[in-house]
Amino acid sequence: MLKGKGGQPFYQDFWFWVKLLIFVVFLLFLVYPFSTLVINSFFSGKAEGFTFYNFHRFFTKKYYYQALGNSLKISLIPTVTGILIGVPMAYLMTRFNIAGKTFWHVLIILSLMCPPFLGAYSWIILFGNAGVVTQWLSDLLGFQMPSIYGQGGICAVFTLKLFPYVYLYVSGAMGSIDRSVEECAENLGSGKLRRLVTVTVPVVTPSIAAGALMVFMTALADFGTPGILAGGDFRTLPTLIYNEYLSETGGNANLASAISMIIVVISLLILFLQKWWVARKNYTMSALRPPQVTEYHGWKRFLVTLPVAAVTLISFLPQVVVIFCSFVKTNYSNFVFSEGFTLEHYTELGRSLSTNIRNTFVFSTTAIVFILVLGILMSYVIVRRRGKTGGALDMLMMAPYVIPGSVLGLCYIVAFNNLGRTADGTVIKLTGTASIIIIAMIIRKLPYTVRSGSAFLMQMDPSVEEASINLGVSPMNTFLKVTARLMLPGVLSGAIISWVTCINELSTSIMLYTGKTATITIASYTNIIRNSVGTAASLASILTVTSGVLLIVVFKASKGKVSFV
Amino acid sequence: MSHAVIIKNAVKRYGDFTAVNGIDLEIKKGEFFTLLGPSGCGKTTLLRMIAGFNTVDGGEICFDDRVINNVPAHKRDIGMVFQNYAIFPHLNVAENVAYGLKARKVPKDQIGPRVEEALKMVQIDQLKARQPNELSGGQQQRVALARAFVIEPGVLLMDEPLSNLDAKLRVQMRTTIKKLQRRLGITTIYVTHDQEEALAISDRIAVMKEGNIMQVGAPEEIYRKPANPFVANFIGVSNFIDCTVEGGDPKAAAVRLNDEYHFNMPLRKPYSGAAILSARPEQLFFGDEGIPGEITLSVFLGDFIQYEVTLHSGQIIELNEYTKDVDSSRSVGEQVRISFNPRQVSLYRKDTEEVLSC
Repeated sequence: MLKGKGGQPFYQDFWFWVKLLIFVVFLLFLVYPFSTLVINSFFSGKAEGFTFYNFHRFFTKKYYYQALGNSLKISLIPTVTGILIGVPMAYLMTRFNIAGKTFWHVLIILSLMCPPFLGAYSWIILFGNAGVVTQWLSDLLGFQMPSIYGQGGICAVFTLKLFPYVYLYVSGAMGSIDRSVEECAENLGSGKLRRLVTVTVPVVTPSIAAGALMVFMTALADFGTPGILAGGDFRTLPTLIYNEYLSETGGNANLASAISMIIVVISLLILFLQKWWVARKNYTMSALRPPQVTEYHGWKRFLVTLPVAAVTLISFLPQVVVIFCSFVKTNYSNFVFSEGFTLEHYTELGRSLSTNIRNTFVFSTTAIVFILVLGILMSYVIVRRRGKTGGALDMLMMAPYVIPGSVLGLCYIVAFNNLGRTADGTVIKLTGTASIIIIAMIIRKLPYTVRSGSAFLMQMDPSVEEASINLGVSPMNTFLKVTARLMLPGVLSGAIISWVTCINELSTSIMLYTGKTATITIASYTNIIRNSVGTAASLASILTVTSGVLLIVVFKASKGKVSFV
Repeated sequence: MSHAVIIKNAVKRYGDFTAVNGIDLEIKKGEFFTLLGPSGCGKTTLLRMIAGFNTVDGGEICFDDRVINNVPAHKRDIGMVFQNYAIFPHLNVAENVAYGLKARKVPKDQIGPRVEEALKMVQIDQLKARQPNELSGGQQQRVALARAFVIEPGVLLMDEPLSNLDAKLRVQMRTTIKKLQRRLGITTIYVTHDQEEALAISDRIAVMKEGNIMQVGAPEEIYRKPANPFVANFIGVSNFIDCTVEGGDPKAAAVRLNDEYHFNMPLRKPYSGAAILSARPEQLFFGDEGIPGEITLSVFLGDFIQYEVTLHSGQIIELNEYTKDVDSSRSVGEQVRISFNPRQVSLYRKDTEEVLSC
């Protein structure tokens, strides 16, 4: 007979049921839909039975394979530029007494956590064909701005938006190099620059790789930015999936499934490449003495602060622009800056878009309750009850990193569009319901909470739980009274980050929404596409301000110790 | 009520590694029993088997007549003090101590007085409203102790409870623990790797090595009559000198050391062949006859003087001389003879390490 940990039969073990629940949830809402998608990609209306028709079509038609090339370009270029900006930023911030250090740090995190398409949108406001700066330049100086649409604009937006990943990973690593390592290099006769190149940077390469991976994956998976900055016929894989799915409505979305497969395979390859590379050079270090911070005064301090301030302000600019514009009067699809300020966009929201606002908060709050409960249970299982299934759970936790939001959306469409018919003939489906959007949020954002929860739990001494059991409290009650209670602060900060990302979620919900279930992000995105700029700006401002407030709460509550990556 | 703990052929395996290799022990009711051994000897594993945190892969663990192998940890009625105290960080001192009483559904009006009394016994009743992070290591240790015995457990387990304290506090706390255990009469199983601590605190000690028990006995017995060279060297320090025995007559066996010295000593039974002589530094003294050698190091340590004597074979022997017994230290280079009382030293068979001396 199966035995639980204390030797009792398995059905008396609380954790047996918890594991079962977790596996059922993931089987139902990740493994099953994804398998359906995989199967779907090998069938087509245009061919009999099992076929490679979709893949063949993808790789022979320029319309499709060009999108693959575009996707790789707009992922790889920001990865490189992100490293070029993120690493020096991390170095400056960890090694010099930058003025207003915490302030810049918080701004960088804020700009990372806000939805990427907002950045794209404010760059259009500023530098678009009818943008403020574009017009000003051409009116006053007769200077023609290069177009922000297409590859260049997308890469610029991604770079400014995603370099914080590199910055956060690398500054974490640079802060934990023991001072003696660098002192030793100095002692052996290395100058400051030589030391940086031969010791500091090599030691933090695994962190650079981790940050770069996040930049690549996010850029590859992002739907909103290329959606807004496409400019004519610039297609990427996520926008292609969306378009194909729309044009294939009623069909089985076979080609869209095949494209999804290609994007997942690329993500997996990159992920394994990164893991393989990092595994060969893993330096673990615990800083007994954190590295020396150089104290500069006067103009020297100004000189090291300047680049940090400039980069941070430019990457934070979209947030400011959006909020500013939400109070500017509009004339059809343009902002009219000369006519002063107005609250009309916000009153418009109250009139016609209150459903979207309610949806966002109801969906994300519901999702977060589930995320919190599942997150605590899963972290516990992964850290304390690994057993034979712990590894499988770890794998499932990686899924959201390799399955882009729009792909997960498509998975749900192919899997849950037709679950049979009721007696009177109506099709039972989960798509189009609020539940499916909430489920998608839970599956995609749970890992953030699980990661912060398990990191917290690893540092918690297991003997505290044993002491409770030993004093006569059953393992289940010990978990509720002691472990969960102690984990709560750690998990809560992770959950709030999950919450922020739920609020800003676009790429899955754009696939799954109907008029009734549209959220703020969807309304904001569609209003941008429709050129209804005032409404879009006010909706986006609500997202930005809400995210900002939540993040600052987390930051304050955790005294800056929370991990955002 | 306090239990006797009977362990029959207990086994614990981790894959191919056997952490506890068929151990038999009988711990008497009310006894202070210590599992002593180097790290990795299986002592903590065995303790956690008794606590119910490790499964028992073979054999039986009984409290009195009751086999507890399959009783879940929270139903074993055991108090345990952990190495790192395991104080609940979200509860204050009094709440920590009351935790087990509440779990046992002790009536509310009794919890307060019992917590109070327990805290008085460990002399921290004035700290009962403090949060754990406001306590020193020694104070946390006292909370852990009070929390474990306030539930009046059948067995009290302690897993290296003093190893995180500084030396002075350690000595003070072990006296507190010993007195408390005497007063409450709870069967106590104590794990430590510190032989001095074990000698000071225990009624009986089991010395463990690689999952096996090497010797069980009262502290003095283990020190004076170690059952094998491992125990002789683990408890205190011992010099080991190879020798040959001609012991057809066990009452007066002849023991020879390198043809340079020989003496007679009684044996447990007849034996002739290779043997190991084990002698502690303080059992040796400089005499007119004995093993010849030269002093190669002399260290004055206050109450005694520590010498290293190099024998003609090249072996180095450690010898301690009490300062009060001599007028001055001997100097390096001096030729000496090392002597001892044959009834105090131990003799083991070279091949089986079986004890030969009486």
